[in-house]
Amino acid sequence: MSETLLALLMVLLVVLGVIAIRAADLLLAVIALGAYGFVMALIWAGIGAVDVAFTEAVVGAGATTVLMLAALLRTSRRRSPLPSRLRWVALAVVIVVGAALLAVTTALPRWGDPASPASAHVSPRYLTRTVAETATRNAVTSVLADYRGYDTLIETVVILTAGLGCWLLLQRNEP
Amino acid sequence: MIERHESVIVITFVRALVPLAQLFALYVLIHGHDSPGGGFQAGVVLGAAYITLALALGREALDRHVNEPVCVALGAAGVLVYLLTGVFGMVGGGNFLDYSALPLPVSPVRARYFGILFVETGVAIAVAATVVVLFCRLADRDPAR
Repeated sequence: MSETLLALLMVLLVVLGVIAIRAADLLLAVIALGAYGFVMALIWAGIGAVDVAFTEAVVGAGATTVLMLAALLRTSRRRSPLPSRLRWVALAVVIVVGAALLAVTTALPRWGDPASPASAHVSPRYLTRTVAETATRNAVTSVLADYRGYDTLIETVVILTAGLGCWLLLQRNEP
Repeated sequence: MIERHESVIVITFVRALVPLAQLFALYVLIHGHDSPGGGFQAGVVLGAAYITLALALGREALDRHVNEPVCVALGAAGVLVYLLTGVFGMVGGGNFLDYSALPLPVSPVRARYFGILFVETGVAIAVAATVVVLFCRLADRDPAR
């Protein structure tokens, strides 16, 4: 994907984010967030992270949108405005965090740099050995499920715990 | 509560779409070794298939196919599949989650291939069940006000 197209998609991402935050109708905000997830998936696919793109498409653009719509059914379509004092606190936090993030972007390795710490440590071993060791051509799958099996196990437990928590919290209020 | 959609077009389309989505989830799970995808994505697609069913045919159509308490149990069962795969690695003489030691009549490399398939299946079951449970709870028939 060309850099121009990527840049356009990122601008679209910002626009969708602003719509999601500013919309008075929460239905619009939820749909904008779904579109945000979809554009994000396109960006992931564009920079070669297809597995992440797939996850973003099914979770960010799909499941989350439906779950938020279902949440709107239970609550209200209209937002309640933030107290004005909190708005200034929020603005200050956003400015400080945003400035800090911008300040460290110069220290990030260039995208796709084979000498970056993330690419130079254990990644080459996984990439070169995955077929010989696990008969799995998609290195993402072998890293997630085999080389880093513990992480994925705990992540699955986290998903189950989160689901159980919501299930218990949203039980019917029977007298 | 979510009612059955009035449009016959929507209902017919969803009736055709849901089996295809389920089949695609299975493909994503099994083909995750060689293409993008895997247990997590397959689980979400499978869960989304059932949610689509509920959105078009109504909550009662979903209840005819899946039972909420069973889904909660399935979520735990998915994690259990993962854990047991790890434990069977120990039974075969290796470490926890060492799939090459799984007691299977195949080479250690092949055993790791199947170990990945087993844990991905567990993840898919857990994720699909959790997504469906979340939707069932949020789109309850009598929401607690």
